Amino acid sequence: MKQPLIEFKNVEKRFGDTVIFRDFNFSVEEGEIVSIIGPSGSGKSTLLRILMTLEGIEGGVVRVAGKPLWHKETDKGLVLADEKHLHEMRNHLGMVFQHFNLFPHMTVKRNITEAPMRVQGKTEIEANKIADELLELVGLSDKADMYPNSLSGGQKQRVGIARALAMQPAILLLDEITSALDPELVEEVLDVIRNLALKHSFTMLLVTHEMYFAREISDRVCFFDQGAIVEEGEPERLFIHPNEERTKAFLKAYMSQ
Amino acid sequence: MPFGEIVSILLEGTWVTLKIVAFALPLAAIMAFTFGLLRMYAPKPIKYVSVAYIEFFRGTSALIQLYWIYFVLPFFGVSIDAMTAGVLAIGLNIGAYGTEVVRGAMQSVPKGQYEASVALNFTSSQRLWRILMPQALVNMIPPFGNLAIELVKATSLVSLITIADLTYRAKSLADMTLQVTEIFAVVLVLYFVIAQVLAFSFKGIEKRLSRGLGRGGLD
Repeated sequence: MKQPLIEFKNVEKRFGDTVIFRDFNFSVEEGEIVSIIGPSGSGKSTLLRILMTLEGIEGGVVRVAGKPLWHKETDKGLVLADEKHLHEMRNHLGMVFQHFNLFPHMTVKRNITEAPMRVQGKTEIEANKIADELLELVGLSDKADMYPNSLSGGQKQRVGIARALAMQPAILLLDEITSALDPELVEEVLDVIRNLALKHSFTMLLVTHEMYFAREISDRVCFFDQGAIVEEGEPERLFIHPNEERTKAFLKAYMSQ
Repeated sequence: MPFGEIVSILLEGTWVTLKIVAFALPLAAIMAFTFGLLRMYAPKPIKYVSVAYIEFFRGTSALIQLYWIYFVLPFFGVSIDAMTAGVLAIGLNIGAYGTEVVRGAMQSVPKGQYEASVALNFTSSQRLWRILMPQALVNMIPPFGNLAIELVKATSLVSLITIADLTYRAKSLADMTLQVTEIFAVVLVLYFVIAQVLAFSFKGIEKRLSRGLGRGGLD
C-alpha cells in the first residue's frame, strides 16, 4: 500500500490539563487538497501547528513522507527528535499564517529571498529569480521593493504565500489565511490559491472558515469538533448530505450567518 | 579665581568623565546583550549565573560596588587601578539594568515573527540575529538612551575613589575658592550637555533603525 504523505497515529496533544487530541488519527495522500472546517477551539489550527513543528505532541507519532516528525528512529525505538532532525523535516513543509507574519524590517522581495538564500544556500541571483516569478504569480511584481507595512492585508497575505512557496515545500499549510482580512480582500487571496491548486500538484492542508472555497477547492473536507474528525468526505457529499448531526448543526449555523 | 580658569579646570575634569563614559558605555552594552540573551536562551546553569549577576548588580548600591572593587578586592589579592575600577563598577552596574531592556525588547517582538522564522526553517541563530534582533533593536534604543544618561550621571561616583573627574574637580575647586554657585552651575551645564549629546545620538540611531524597519511607510 502506498504510504500517505502525512500521517497522524494515536496522537495525543495537551495544553496543560486541556486535552486537544487523544488517540487522534489522520492522514493525507500526496497531491491531496484537504480542508479542515469546524468550530473554533476544535484543534484545527493545532493540527497544522504540530505539522509545522510549532507545537509538540505528548503521545503517538506523526509521520511526514514516511519519517517520524517529532521523533527519531533509533535501535531502541522512537526518541524525541533534536533540532537537527526538525530542521531536516521542516524542508517538506511550508506555512501561511492568519496574521501573515511578514518580516517588517525587510522589503517584500527580501521577505521572499531571505530563506532560500540563508537556509537553502541559493545565490542572490537564483533567489531573486524565484522571487520575481512568485511575485508575478501573486500579482505583486510592482511591490517588490516596498516594506510590508505599506501593503494592504490582501497584498500582505499574497506575499506570505509567495514567501512560503519560495522554499518549494511539498506540503503547504494554510492556517485561516483569510480570517484577518477585510471581506473585499478575501477573493484576491483565494484566487492565488485557486491558481496554485489548478496549476501545481501541491499537497495542501487548509484550515478555513470560507465554506464555499473549501467546497470548491478540496478533494476532501474534514469536519473537526472537540479534537476529533466527526465526519469527512468529498466536499459535495459533505456539504450537501452531511451524515452526522454535529456536522449538520455546524453547517446550518454557518449558512444562517 | 577668574571664571575662565574655573571653566578650564572643569573642562579637564569633563575630559576624564568622558573617558570613563567611553569605556563604561561599551562595557555596559556588552554586558546587557550577553547576559540579557543568556538569561533568555542559555541552558540552566549559565542562565543562573546571569540571573546572579543581574540581581547582584541591580540589588546593591553602585557606590558600594565601586568600593568593593577598589578597596576590598585588593585584600583578596586583586588590585585594580582607580580608573579601571570606576569603569568596571559603572559598566557592570548599568549593564545589569540593560539586560532587562534587552529582554523586554526581545519579548516585545510578536510571537508570529518567531513562528514564521521556524516555518521558513531558519536555524536558531538565524532566527535570533536576522529576524528577531533587528526588530527588537529598535525598541531597545529609547530605554538604552535613558540608561546611557544614567551612566553619565553615575560616573560622578568615581570622584569618591580619587579620580579627578568633573565632580571631583568641582568639589575641590569649591573647597578651595568657595565660589560654589559659579562652579556648580558650570558643572550642571556640563553634565547636561553630555547627556543631551547622548540623547540626541540615540534619537538619531533610533530614526535610522526604524527607517530600515519600514515603519511609517516608504523611504
